[in-house]
Amino acid sequence: MKKNFFISLRATVFTLLLCGLAYPLLVTGAALALFPSRARGSLVLDERGAVAGSELIAQAFAAKGYLQPRPSAVNYDAAGSGGSNLGPTSQALHDRAKAAVEQLQRDNPSAPGPVPAELATTSASGLDPHLSPEAALWQAPRIAQARKVDLARVRAIIEAHVEERALWVLGEPRVNVLLVNLALDLHFGKGPT
Amino acid sequence: MTAAGWLQIALFCAAVLAVTEPLGLYLFRVFEQEPPLPRLDRFVQRLCGVKAEEQTWGAYAVSLLLFSALGLAITYLLQRVQHLLPGNPQHLGPVEPALAFNTAASFVTNTDWQSYTPETTVSYLTQMAGLAWHNFTSAATGLGVALAIARGLTRTNRQKTLGNFWVDVLRATVYVLLPLCAVYALFLCSQGVLQNFSGYLSFTTVEGGKQVIALGPVASQEAIKMLGTNGGGFFNANSAHPFENPTPLTNFVQMVSIFAIPAALTFTYGRMARDARQGWALFAAMAVLFLAGLTVVYWAEAHQNPALRGLALGPSGNLEGKESRFGVAASALFATVTTAASCGAVNAMHDSFTPLGGLVPLVNIQLGEVIFGGVGAGLYGMLIFVVLTVFIAGLMVGRTPEYLGKKVEAREMKLAMLYVLVFPLLILGLAGWAAVVPAGTSSLANAGPHGLSEIVYAFSSGAGNNGSAFAGLNANTRFWNLLLAVDMLAGRFLMILPVLAIAGSMAEKKVAPAGPGTFPTSGGLFVGLLVAVILILGALTFFPALSLGPVVEHFAASAGRLF
Repeated sequence: MKKNFFISLRATVFTLLLCGLAYPLLVTGAALALFPSRARGSLVLDERGAVAGSELIAQAFAAKGYLQPRPSAVNYDAAGSGGSNLGPTSQALHDRAKAAVEQLQRDNPSAPGPVPAELATTSASGLDPHLSPEAALWQAPRIAQARKVDLARVRAIIEAHVEERALWVLGEPRVNVLLVNLALDLHFGKGPT
Repeated sequence: MTAAGWLQIALFCAAVLAVTEPLGLYLFRVFEQEPPLPRLDRFVQRLCGVKAEEQTWGAYAVSLLLFSALGLAITYLLQRVQHLLPGNPQHLGPVEPALAFNTAASFVTNTDWQSYTPETTVSYLTQMAGLAWHNFTSAATGLGVALAIARGLTRTNRQKTLGNFWVDVLRATVYVLLPLCAVYALFLCSQGVLQNFSGYLSFTTVEGGKQVIALGPVASQEAIKMLGTNGGGFFNANSAHPFENPTPLTNFVQMVSIFAIPAALTFTYGRMARDARQGWALFAAMAVLFLAGLTVVYWAEAHQNPALRGLALGPSGNLEGKESRFGVAASALFATVTTAASCGAVNAMHDSFTPLGGLVPLVNIQLGEVIFGGVGAGLYGMLIFVVLTVFIAGLMVGRTPEYLGKKVEAREMKLAMLYVLVFPLLILGLAGWAAVVPAGTSSLANAGPHGLSEIVYAFSSGAGNNGSAFAGLNANTRFWNLLLAVDMLAGRFLMILPVLAIAGSMAEKKVAPAGPGTFPTSGGLFVGLLVAVILILGALTFFPALSLGPVVEHFAASAGRLF
């Protein structure tokens, strides 16, 4: 038993140093050398070189001239991710989605067809940086109107940002909201609020 | 349901099948033959003072308990003093005692239930040296137990010993988990998973608002979180967080890596039994249960969320609590994989699944985490069901039951029943308690039958060492933290002990050559019986609780009722 205890102590210290310290430190060194931008958070800089956001993290966009991301259960708090966790028979979920649908219909009077469901539902992380191409194009008329530009040009920018499924079948096609909005600003000037 | 969705599922199955044999062979070589670089193996053992002598089941169990107890204590202490240590750029304070105990118990048992919100509770050092460290050791421990019972069943020399716990754990860490994780972590990083030690980043958004982004050494932890079927996320949103799981490709690799070792172990087992079909029979039983569950979840989640019916929305599956880049198919697949395999990582919020879509993950856990299951835990759980099945089949034909030529007798059956009974006792007993006291029900996020589902899911997840949650439940209270800690510890160690005892008593048995009356345990008939035993046992135990939770909710939802 005593012998076993000392082996246990040594095995604990050995695995702790190896797996708990050496391994993450070595991976960090290699990652920062090989993929510096990715390892640091895929940050996007503005024209002055200041951080404007992370390509992978949704940020709030309320202005009509911008593509709006999915609603967030954590108000886009990237230091406190999470979903709504409201269940499939939740009155609160129904009421929240109903209010979102009505708001979206008011803001997008000339949008084609019914509201895409993802615009009325919160994502799992609250930081979903993407929209399906359909949900993005659905917002195009509002963006074109707010920016007083041709609808076709807005649609072209969104379509140029569509990422297809990986290996043809994995995941879903999507567009990155932040990258589209930066492209909109680039083409048409900083968006009217 | 879409063609791309089904093709994605097919690709996943092909990938798991493709890794099973090569990885299984490698595991066989590492644990049952001479591992590569034998000098490294000897060096590591000398460093830890290990004499590579075989242990009886009792000695194996004592070593395992000592190692786990020490790990539990260290992780608890580390959380309590994290504010005094480096690697804490956010200056987070000490973790509160009940929460620290819950978290330590959670990680030592390979559960990775998270009552804490990582971003605001644990420092980078605690994540690496307290939590990710356990991700390695708890997986290695599970692997050891699986090897021990596999040796007990397959060895023919009637010795009392089952291998050496320290040799198994050290080899699992140095030869299997670490090298795979190092490569895996860098792959994740190339896709956008973080790996840095910077403090949280604050900046002005495009519209002029403020945003603070949590950072940290994520990729190194993410790799072992999946490969060790641990599931404890670096961030609160777990594998739904874009910094943990940024692309459909990382998502695919994460799912395959959950199943990789548990699937490979069935092949290793076939090798140890000197009959590959014995391993493939277990694989087949697991695959049948997996595909059945997956079909139900995918079908259920391809329907609109019942709470959104009647709103002017376009057609879609249930997207509440799901990420756009994954969509319904990859979320349904992930949920099935993570609950079948006692991983507990999530890429979508199970709490917001449709009633039947949420029922399957719960059932997967309640079947005993044997559908591929946790690293090691899946195989040893399945082998207990095999012993039960052999016994029941023996009763039906009136013959003394045998498995691999060894007689299954009263002692083994008593131990197997102990294993089988601990599980529902914990889940139903504790859930029953929590459902009637205010300290339990005040943590619920959802009313009606869904609230009961949250409670039952929590204790199932704890006892099954899964770690996923119907996460609306606020488990960070004294009551929930302590009860769940007991649930997890008992669900791990009270089940490992009978497994090792069975391993010990089977190891000593004489092997009788197979005769014309021997019931073959490698064919389709046996696989069918095994699946039936697992389902019947699970259904008999949990059907009443399930019918009050998800089943009632399904009918309420169909009738348009909201709570």
